[in-house]
Amino acid sequence: MLAASCCDRRMCVCPGPRRIAIPVRSSRLPLLSDAMPAPAHLFPLIRNCEISRIGSTACYCHHKHLCCLSSHFAHSHFRYAPQKKFAALYRPKEHFNHFIHARDYASTPQRFYLTPAQVNSILKANEYSFKVPEFDGKNVSSVLGFDSNQLPANAPIEDRRSAATCLQTRGMLLGVFDGHAGCACAQAVSERLFYYIAVSLLPHETLLEIENAVENGRALLPILQWHKHPNDYFSKEASKLYFNSLRTYWQELIDLNSGETTDVREALINAFKRLDNDISLEAQVGDPNSFLNYLVLRVAFSGSTACVAHVDGVDLHIANTGDSRAMLGVQEEDGSWSAVNLSYDHNAQNENEVERVKMEHPKSEEKSLVKQDRLLGLLMPFRAFGDVKFKWSIELQKRVVESGPDQLNDNEYTKFIPPNYHTPPYLTAEPEVIHHKLRPQDKFLVLATDGLWETMHRQDVARIVGEYLTGVHHQQPIAVGGYKVTLGQMHGLLTERRAKISSVFEDQNAATHLIRHAVGNNEFGTVDHERLSKMLSLPEELARMYRDDITIIVVQFNSHVIGAYQNEEL
Amino acid sequence: MFLRLLSDIQWRAAHPKWRRMTSSQRSTSTTAEPHPVSLPAQAQVVICGGGIIGTSVAYHLSKMGFKDIVLLEQGRLAAGTTRFCAGIVSTARPVSIELKMAHYSNKLYQQLEQETGVQTGYMKTGSISLAQTQDRLISLKRIASSLNVMGIPCEIISPKKVLQLHPLINIHDLVGAMYLPEDALVSSANVSLALATAASRNGVQIHERTSVSHVTIQKGRVTGVETDRGRIQCEYFVNCAGQWAYELGHSGEEPVHIPVHACEHFYLLTHPLQEPVSSSLPTIVDPDGRIYIRNWQGGILSGGFEKNPKPLFTEGRNQLEIQNLQEDWDHFGPLLGALLRRMPGLEALQIMQLVNCPESFTPDMRCIMGESPTARGYFVLAGMNSAGISYGGGAGKYLAEWIVNGYPSENVWPLDLKRFGTLQSSRTFLRHRVMEVMPLMYDLKVPRWDFQTGRQLRTSPLYDRLDAQGARWMEKHGFERVKYFVPPGNDLLDLDHSKTFYKPDWFDIVGSEVKCCKEAVCVIDMSSFTKFEISSTGDQALESLQYLFANDLDVPVGHVVHTGMLNENGGYENDCSIARLSKRSFFMISPTDQQVHCWAWLKNHLPDDSNLVLEDVTWKYTALNLIGPRAVDVLSELSYAPMTAEHFPSLFCKEMSVGYANGIRVMSITHTGEPGFVLYIPIEYALHVYNEVMNMGQKYGIRNAGYYALRSLRIEKFFAFWGQDLDAFTTPMECGREFQVKLDKGMEFLGQEVLLEQKQNGVYKRFTMFILEDHDTDMDLWPWWGEPIFRNGRYVGKTTSSAYSYTLERHVCLGFVHHFDEKTGEKLVVTTDFINQGEYEIDIAGQRFQAKAKLYPFSSLFTQRRRKDEVELSGYQRE
Repeated sequence: MLAASCCDRRMCVCPGPRRIAIPVRSSRLPLLSDAMPAPAHLFPLIRNCEISRIGSTACYCHHKHLCCLSSHFAHSHFRYAPQKKFAALYRPKEHFNHFIHARDYASTPQRFYLTPAQVNSILKANEYSFKVPEFDGKNVSSVLGFDSNQLPANAPIEDRRSAATCLQTRGMLLGVFDGHAGCACAQAVSERLFYYIAVSLLPHETLLEIENAVENGRALLPILQWHKHPNDYFSKEASKLYFNSLRTYWQELIDLNSGETTDVREALINAFKRLDNDISLEAQVGDPNSFLNYLVLRVAFSGSTACVAHVDGVDLHIANTGDSRAMLGVQEEDGSWSAVNLSYDHNAQNENEVERVKMEHPKSEEKSLVKQDRLLGLLMPFRAFGDVKFKWSIELQKRVVESGPDQLNDNEYTKFIPPNYHTPPYLTAEPEVIHHKLRPQDKFLVLATDGLWETMHRQDVARIVGEYLTGVHHQQPIAVGGYKVTLGQMHGLLTERRAKISSVFEDQNAATHLIRHAVGNNEFGTVDHERLSKMLSLPEELARMYRDDITIIVVQFNSHVIGAYQNEEL
Repeated sequence: MFLRLLSDIQWRAAHPKWRRMTSSQRSTSTTAEPHPVSLPAQAQVVICGGGIIGTSVAYHLSKMGFKDIVLLEQGRLAAGTTRFCAGIVSTARPVSIELKMAHYSNKLYQQLEQETGVQTGYMKTGSISLAQTQDRLISLKRIASSLNVMGIPCEIISPKKVLQLHPLINIHDLVGAMYLPEDALVSSANVSLALATAASRNGVQIHERTSVSHVTIQKGRVTGVETDRGRIQCEYFVNCAGQWAYELGHSGEEPVHIPVHACEHFYLLTHPLQEPVSSSLPTIVDPDGRIYIRNWQGGILSGGFEKNPKPLFTEGRNQLEIQNLQEDWDHFGPLLGALLRRMPGLEALQIMQLVNCPESFTPDMRCIMGESPTARGYFVLAGMNSAGISYGGGAGKYLAEWIVNGYPSENVWPLDLKRFGTLQSSRTFLRHRVMEVMPLMYDLKVPRWDFQTGRQLRTSPLYDRLDAQGARWMEKHGFERVKYFVPPGNDLLDLDHSKTFYKPDWFDIVGSEVKCCKEAVCVIDMSSFTKFEISSTGDQALESLQYLFANDLDVPVGHVVHTGMLNENGGYENDCSIARLSKRSFFMISPTDQQVHCWAWLKNHLPDDSNLVLEDVTWKYTALNLIGPRAVDVLSELSYAPMTAEHFPSLFCKEMSVGYANGIRVMSITHTGEPGFVLYIPIEYALHVYNEVMNMGQKYGIRNAGYYALRSLRIEKFFAFWGQDLDAFTTPMECGREFQVKLDKGMEFLGQEVLLEQKQNGVYKRFTMFILEDHDTDMDLWPWWGEPIFRNGRYVGKTTSSAYSYTLERHVCLGFVHHFDEKTGEKLVVTTDFINQGEYEIDIAGQRFQAKAKLYPFSSLFTQRRRKDEVELSGYQRE
């Protein structure tokens, strides 16, 4: 009863400044007996959500990537729950309408509405912008800057983002990471991956220099300059461990010295694979420090996708593992916007990917490999960091879990072995790399986790961002000139223009603007404040039912510089 | 060309003399033409700027007998803002000095055509100010009250009546309106040309296409003007350069700071209606819709003051750009919406043009006139806040009087250039501030309004400490001062909702601060006050001060004297307390906004003697005012010195230690009449002393207080405040401060003659205190200032300030009572009997409240035992 009444209260309170932030809930999961919501007749569907959530206790964090697992649990525990309603869980958007109606009919005297200011403060809480600094009034980089933002649905959010400028080589790195079964893996990847990439790109001499510096205790050359939002943190405790792994990596690179110039594609693939390998090894070896030991295990047992862009001049490389996506916004000659995919989703919808998985395992497993559009019937992304449950042999998993700390041992999820688990590994972190030569018409790049792509079509994304970045500023001023215009006509014209602009002007950040559309778009493709307000005021237990974590980075390109590069090459 | 449309200028018909003088055969092209008449080598007055303001100053100067006047215009006459001006002459102004200027302008323009033969397009259409809300109606009623007592016809009318006067208006959302039948429309450019014509006939030389590059100043006096056509030597220079006034002020070696900044201002012109609008249709002002609408050549002209103004020329620009400003329909959209809501019938009306006309604005929405504090003979008249036509005539007259007579015929301190200093001259400040000022034109003007931009410029070292304790701030001369302290857990309304003409939300908060001042002890940070030190090697300081001040300053060292500097007419130029620090040095404390004015007055009147040093030490000291009966205890515990009246009498000053800090200047004055002290603390000790005082004071119930509490205290004690109650037209005799004047101090002082004369013959106005009798503090409108006072049903004067007295539990208004002859209206001597034998009423927005008049404060208010110097104390004046 406790949990239910608490959720109820949160939905009914009057809006007020203190409630701008999404209420933080204690990490303790509701007990079974807590699960019956008070006004059960009003919220039949919500009750079921709650129940299924409790069913997922073992999973710790209820996430779509693994939600089959949770439904499995829920099913076994609550046989009376009709199958259909669980199905609704997997289609958040449809479900949403039911929920709203349920709210509308409820005759609660007070209603929870967020004011536009409150909505903005939620949307803007995590926004970050970076503008590439200009020298002598000139920006010689092909990147003008980027906007990024996150909107959590899980608590804590399982998405991560990173952005950094390479200091010892040229170029800029940007990435989004969508974690599942917790945020530990996504966190670790967001902290570590760019170092692995940067090191992979470094020339032999620089590597030697760095190694010498470490050896002699001298100051290290900075490798990356991070562009972080204050909420993007690095774990202090593990930095030593991470550093040692990284150092081992560059020492091996020094030993391997091939003498060839580093190919970006190779570097990206190597870095991805190496990091995943290190995550796996660290978990197997363990750490004498119990906190670190638990941390490396959590990292290895959770998982994360990664979609990383490396921009250097006109060379754009996208390395993608999993189902986040990179999309290029292209402005056609007529000024309209089109989208070009720069990554392939690694999931069941990608036939090549299904084919690849099937090729890697014996024919006998063909049927059990992909079930209900999931790997082994469980995992949505077909490639990921971490997730050692899909990589290690059964023996290894058992050994590590048993020798591991109690928290791990008591956890149902870690103990659970995927069904039909015969020929591991089933999962890889190896990215697919796509190279693209930037053209002046390529105006921006959007990196986003699937939270965005499942609510919006890429064509709409391209249009909204494109109009945001240029449309407003380029809207032609009206001049009456010698034409015959009446006051009424002019008023109508201006009202129309204002409506178009107003939604754009609220945001100073393209990523925020995109999230506003993703969450608040109505059937006409325009932002509906009421809908936005309702979506954002969902209690966090429910938020996850209607949307996923959304993380977006919008990189804006410098067409002048790209044009100049192009001319040089001609 | 459109520009001609607005101002069908009757160039040739009028054949003005100056035209023939400058060029006998002028073509209409704007290409460079030779200047056949060369500039004179010298003149008495050079006026820069040929707009409405410059021509008005020239007109009035020449009328007042000045002969040797040159007017320079960089382009053509009336070519700047004046040409684009909407041409509305309206007296609907909330403040009395502006109202008088507008009233005079209206009368002047009306007879101008007859006087000069130049068609001015003057048309008495009247104007209607609409109210969409009750609060707006209250503000209109307040204006109506003050217009009525000035004899300007004015009427509060119902929406139905509005419809009768103006058939196009949608009245469904109106609650009332104010009708001013005398308001008029003119062609502003033609008015300007008419003024120029008249001036030229009176001998003013007008030179067009002549730019002033800079003004030369030697030894603090204007000596001449450098132009692109040569130099003119002159005695007086008048900067009427409008938007370019700031730049012109900064062009010379010694800058003259004129804080004006331009904003784009848009208005719409339409083609005629199918049934052309009559040229006598009243002008509509719809402040809630932020627009004005006037008839224009059968169609309409409508503009407004939007919420998001576009400042421009922040970096300074050349004059030609004014011609090429773009129309911005998107920006005008909301105003167009408001127009169509107000006059839905205009939907089908065809647009002719959207005019973009930059207007210059000032930091406080009031125009700037007067003499530069640093350069004598350098006069300024600029920053009209888009009311140039309404004010132009009156403002020009006042400035001309100022130049000719040394002072205008009315108190213009609220418009005086010296109310600003260099600190308001930052372009960033101006840019931000004018963006707040321009929308304010049509915002509801409620009592106790504070600007929100350009804040936190000057602060006390205790700012953060006080802020953390819930201080709410207001600003004076750039200095942040505490209004009151909001106790923890006590939420006040947000800014927009706290706007009211009734009882404000801080009422109880200030009440408890006042109570603490009366019963225990409060601390008020009063660091903003202007502080000067005057010292000399010999007796020069005492001698010069004795001449400048009305009170006797030859007091024993360590004494404090309340006094003021008077002008030749005996009026207060300054009001201050002076402590004699030693035989040869004095410490002078004046109101905050006197920093520039007082400095200039002293500089101009002190003898040029290198042994006499005047120093501004405002920034050196933090001032803490300890008010209340327990202040004595707190201070004596902190200093281990007896502070009782026997050891430390009232009006006494001593350097002593407080806590660890030594050299704290302690004065037994409080600015309120309550017992207490002011501590002048060198700023590095400020935090220490504050902490000590607060710690020690705890057991005596000490708390922070703000200026609102101070105000309530000083007004219930009948203390006048310079700038509000006192001005250059008020003598000590008229405000009951005869005891602060020592006519027999053995030497002559400035203003003495007038005071002697008044002592013998009596005064023509008398500062009086009114206690509102039948006023319900919770339900009735609160008085503010400027409310008419009625004696036996007849108008006798206006209030100058008011406050709620928590002790009397009544409102107290202060104001001046005149004695107008019932038949002739002539001013008669005001006697004590005249004051005492009358039934008084105060008019608050049309509603009259009975009031009891008093010439002396309530002695029963003093809870302390009577002091010998009580009379002295009670006359003390403060902010």
